[in-house]
Amino acid sequence: MYQFHYERPKTLADAEALLGKADDPKILAGGQTLIPTLKQRLAMPSDVIDIGGIKELDFIRAEGDAIMIGAGTRHATVAQSADVQKHNPALAVLAGGIGDPAVRHMGTLGGSIANNDPAADYPAACLGLDAKIHTTKRLIEADEFFKGMFETALQDGEIIKEVTFPHPEKAAYMKFRNPASRYAMVGVFVSKGPWGVRVAVTGAGQNGVFRVSEMEEALAKSWSPDAVAGIKLPAKGLNADLHGTAEYRAHLITVMAKRAVAAAG
Amino acid sequence: MSVVSMTVNGKPASADVEARTLLVQFIRDELGLTGTHVGCDTSQCGACVVHVDGRAVKSCTMLAAQAEGAEVLTIEGLAKNGELHPVQAAFREHHGLQCGFCTPGMIMTAVDMIRRKPDLDEETVREELDGNICRCTGYHNIVKAILAASQEMR
Repeated sequence: MYQFHYERPKTLADAEALLGKADDPKILAGGQTLIPTLKQRLAMPSDVIDIGGIKELDFIRAEGDAIMIGAGTRHATVAQSADVQKHNPALAVLAGGIGDPAVRHMGTLGGSIANNDPAADYPAACLGLDAKIHTTKRLIEADEFFKGMFETALQDGEIIKEVTFPHPEKAAYMKFRNPASRYAMVGVFVSKGPWGVRVAVTGAGQNGVFRVSEMEEALAKSWSPDAVAGIKLPAKGLNADLHGTAEYRAHLITVMAKRAVAAAG
Repeated sequence: MSVVSMTVNGKPASADVEARTLLVQFIRDELGLTGTHVGCDTSQCGACVVHVDGRAVKSCTMLAAQAEGAEVLTIEGLAKNGELHPVQAAFREHHGLQCGFCTPGMIMTAVDMIRRKPDLDEETVREELDGNICRCTGYHNIVKAILAASQEMR
């Protein structure tokens, strides 16, 4: 790890001020991606601003027809939350399947979506549930937030405060894990709610998470695994690596979508 | 350099360290508690698992500074008054180790797992061990030991 200057502010206002003053800062949330990245010297921030001690970012609130989750909330907390389990069980299952138990004790919702790893789980939930991402500067719709591999709409100095997940009528997440890394080779989040039908895919796209409009239209007509069974996606634009070809991932998207619709009931 | 302070195994611990010091380096190099192991150093293997404020974490994937003011428990802090913790005793009884390198992390993970899920079954134990790798592949007896300890601790 290269040397850096470290700060652990107690409030969002302090964190913003520190970010404003620093030369080339990085925000540290749970650190489950950033610390391995720093260890490999793949990043060289001048300042690491640790927002892990900011209590106002750690909450889960069910209000009306949505759940608000603070950006600093750990995956384990989301997975175990009675409110999330009641109103949005697919989200609880997704959070409980990220990484391993020790990673879930540290990793945060805000950190996951700010990083936008192309194989991360939370981006699929945000896009698949028409989530609203609240930052220190504005509200960003999930559709506008994820901009490509490791890229988001976030600007310098902008911190995610909370994410609003509206309650779905039906939803489920299914992922096919890489047997070694356990990351999603393909993960598909399906939902039905006031927003209509959404199908969001992670792990497969070269530009990160994306929606599959053809499947959404088919499911809007008929919510059943058979409705998506015949939809084959082109391999173009999908990831290919030593774990699987783009064609294989295209095939997995259909299989995972079928399973997700079946699981959502 | 700046001073980082925390409570480790019930005792106050402080050291003047660089910001980039990992929690596992703080524990091993500054405090001399070498029971916590570094296996892969890439967050995969879980040999470095300790508890921070009661929750199992990978101490190679956390800065010491992130644990400022926290209560840290390492494998050295489990036994009380010369008596092995029930999970340690079960690992000995069921031969839950071969070379022993992964054992501290396995045991710290097991203690955390039993705290969160008192009614463990074999499938759950294997799922929960997702983040701990035994290169001897001695999982069978590790699982047996954890199940026996969870029975014992009920």
